[in-house]
Amino acid sequence: MEIWRWVFVGIIFLAGFVVKIEPFKLGRSQPTERISGSAGDVLEDDPVGRLKVFVYELPSKYNKKILQKDPRCLNHMFAAEIFMHRFLLSSPVRTLNPEEADWFYTPVYTTCDLTANGLPLPFKSPRMMRSAIQLISSNWPYWNRTEGADHFFLVPHDFGACFHYQEEKAIERGILPLLQRATLVQTFGQRNHVCLKEGSITIPPYAPPQKMQTHLIPEKTPRSIFVYFRGLFYDVGNDPEGGYYARGARAAVWENFKDNPLFDISTEHPTTYYEDMQRAVFCLCPLGWAPWSPRLVEAVIFGCIPVIIADDIVLPFADAIPWEEIGVFVDEKDVPNLDTILTSIPPEVILRKQRLLANPSMKQAMLFPQPAQPGDAFHQVLNGLARKLPHDKGVYLKPDERVLNWTAGPVGDLKPW
Amino acid sequence: MKLSALRQSYINRRSYFRSSVPLDSSSDSAFNSPTAIFGLILHGLCCLISLFLGYRFSRLVFFFLFSTNFYTSPFRSTADLVRTLDVHSVLSTNPHLPLVNKTLPNSRVVVGRHGIRIRPWPHPDPVETMKAHRIIEIVQKEQRSQFGEKDPRTVIVVTPTYVRTFQALHLTGVMHSLMLVPHDLVWIVVEAGGVSNETASLIAKSGLKTIHVGFNQRMPNSWDERYNLESKMRLRALRIIRQKKLDGIVMFADDSNMHSMELFDEIQNVKWFGAVSVGILANSINADEMVDHKEEQENPRMPVQGPACNASNMLAGWHVFNASPYAGKSAVHIDDRGTVLPRKLDWSGFVLNSRLLWKDRGERPKWIKDIDMLEGDIESPLDLVNDPSMVEPLGSCGRRVLLWWLRVEARTDSKFPPRWVIDSPLEITVPSRHTPWPDAPPEPHANEEPIEKHSTKRTSGSKRRSKRKQNYNSAGQIDV
Repeated sequence: MEIWRWVFVGIIFLAGFVVKIEPFKLGRSQPTERISGSAGDVLEDDPVGRLKVFVYELPSKYNKKILQKDPRCLNHMFAAEIFMHRFLLSSPVRTLNPEEADWFYTPVYTTCDLTANGLPLPFKSPRMMRSAIQLISSNWPYWNRTEGADHFFLVPHDFGACFHYQEEKAIERGILPLLQRATLVQTFGQRNHVCLKEGSITIPPYAPPQKMQTHLIPEKTPRSIFVYFRGLFYDVGNDPEGGYYARGARAAVWENFKDNPLFDISTEHPTTYYEDMQRAVFCLCPLGWAPWSPRLVEAVIFGCIPVIIADDIVLPFADAIPWEEIGVFVDEKDVPNLDTILTSIPPEVILRKQRLLANPSMKQAMLFPQPAQPGDAFHQVLNGLARKLPHDKGVYLKPDERVLNWTAGPVGDLKPW
Repeated sequence: MKLSALRQSYINRRSYFRSSVPLDSSSDSAFNSPTAIFGLILHGLCCLISLFLGYRFSRLVFFFLFSTNFYTSPFRSTADLVRTLDVHSVLSTNPHLPLVNKTLPNSRVVVGRHGIRIRPWPHPDPVETMKAHRIIEIVQKEQRSQFGEKDPRTVIVVTPTYVRTFQALHLTGVMHSLMLVPHDLVWIVVEAGGVSNETASLIAKSGLKTIHVGFNQRMPNSWDERYNLESKMRLRALRIIRQKKLDGIVMFADDSNMHSMELFDEIQNVKWFGAVSVGILANSINADEMVDHKEEQENPRMPVQGPACNASNMLAGWHVFNASPYAGKSAVHIDDRGTVLPRKLDWSGFVLNSRLLWKDRGERPKWIKDIDMLEGDIESPLDLVNDPSMVEPLGSCGRRVLLWWLRVEARTDSKFPPRWVIDSPLEITVPSRHTPWPDAPPEPHANEEPIEKHSTKRTSGSKRRSKRKQNYNSAGQIDV
């Protein structure tokens, strides 16, 4: 009888294995493929039951009052920090008992200090963060227990927790010393960069899902544009000669392909921007002042294969999504040969990439919908946090052990907020 | 794009990016040493030279001294070369450039000013362009197979035609529409007056599968008789379909109609017998007179022939062409100037499954007559149907107009060069006109001989000029 049981189990296992491999047809009869990255087939995992998150109750000057002062924070590309807070407040993974929590979340909106044009100024952010951490370390014992190693923070700014928009300054400052042991959830990702810590979770920038939904066109509209891009090539205000902005890559794209009929590239922002992306086969996603941009999210939603021109970039949820199979990566030094590179991709590979992009779980993973839906970016963040569990022993410090240096960093950061 | 737009309002940035002039030696310890003075003088000299040349030529110096990896462009003028050299700056080996820090010691990404790489011939390469178009074609085919019609059926197109001046115009239009159809196609061209080389050479350019048959009668001169003959010709084509047992969807594309591409996708939805809405572009030269009439309730919209549906999207009736506004003004003969009117329901608005025509009863529904059993001719395909309520309305129940009916013809006696190729009959002299403006063509009646002869003075100039001046249309409406 034992043997029969094992045979039965074996058959079930084999059946499951076989079914998993072949592409399955979705309701609308478009064949897609399952997406599995280096961590396995984890895009559709449900984080409920796998982790517990405790949300600190900070005074509203850290979150609500800032938002009230400037509600534009809800629409710009850094809005993920606000929506994550709202999601966690009503999510089943939230626990009100901090003793059983695996992760601790501090809701401080550091990217909400906007200029008249709507750009976030990062100058006060280090002080804000520092003040928040001082508060939680004095009011609750959980920070000092681990010096933040089981805490996570959302820092969606350009260079993450380096809190500066200029790369040189950001590198000089480095990651805020108090956040050395915490897990950072950020949009910035570049390998071997000071501002990307080991163990950070990269998320996509916020793109408004409603707006993209309203611009969908029928899927049978034939894709007739080969390469599409809209954006600046030269940042005339800050780098008139070129060469600094985008490390010269965007300027190279312009200079090499401005008269090429296959490349629909320009600086004008048309009203049919989203519709045009749905009519294009490839969408360029070159770096700008920082390597990430909402273009990647838009390209994935609209089924346009992203062509990523940013050396050493780390894309969102890189362990769950095999970006190499979905997008095309071009080194910055190969930009002059972009047309040869793109036309020499075999058609089967292009069709496969389109199939992967058509997978709804892929599109869902890039979005921050309100209210949250299964498989969206919020759940991917929680999945990422769950994969880091259980915390290893080094996380918990001995009662008098101190690792963090509370006075490190530039003098200006030490001022109270 | 968005990120960089952010930058523009930051206050401190401009000052940061003014990188130091490379030869800017120490201005503080200025007057203390001869080298310093020398440095100052050199600096002043370089400033003057830069002022003269109009750019920072120091970059040129460093370029020549330290150039490593960038492309020069052999085709540009020296001025351009100088300008681009300004842009191609040196990477990281020059100590005077602003502080270049790598992100981390083992990173290959360097922060700082980079050169803008331009390849030697930055223009489109035709081979790449062709490859890209092939890729786009493959992508579109895949899209069609996923979202478009699964298993599209062959489209069988029936076109009656005859040789006349406007034949090339009309038939080329239909031919190009058919060449664009992504599905398989068979084109049956029935020609009045027998098979001719004109038509054959025209349709041979299409590359489509064609069946070209002749019909032994000549096309008559009045519209009514023409319609009758066309119906006969179409029946002839249907008999051919029956005989060859062609399988697919039969549609009637008259050679002066205009078809939209959505029509060919829509007719794939037909099961047995379908109808689409046809827009009638009646040639309304007298439109102003019509509007001034007392009947203002006559809505001036374009008349549409086709199926009419009730609220539950079931066929309720037909929109037919109402000929009463045009009473008395319609054209009788083909070269009349009046409005050309269609019949009540035109053939081109109907599509049928070719299996309805086959001999064996098979799956054929009972409400279709057998075409061999027809006594006499039929005016519209509805006569083939015993039960008109079985007709399927297509194009979202007739709400979408997918093709347009139009009849435009030249006078029956107008001549055109055979195959529209001008050979060189230099010896023909045609008397020239005396008045420089075209006069109205004479009233169209068959008895008179309305041809006016035009001639051009033959100059002693080149062959080409006299060829150009010869007027091939003797009807006087087209002046060369």
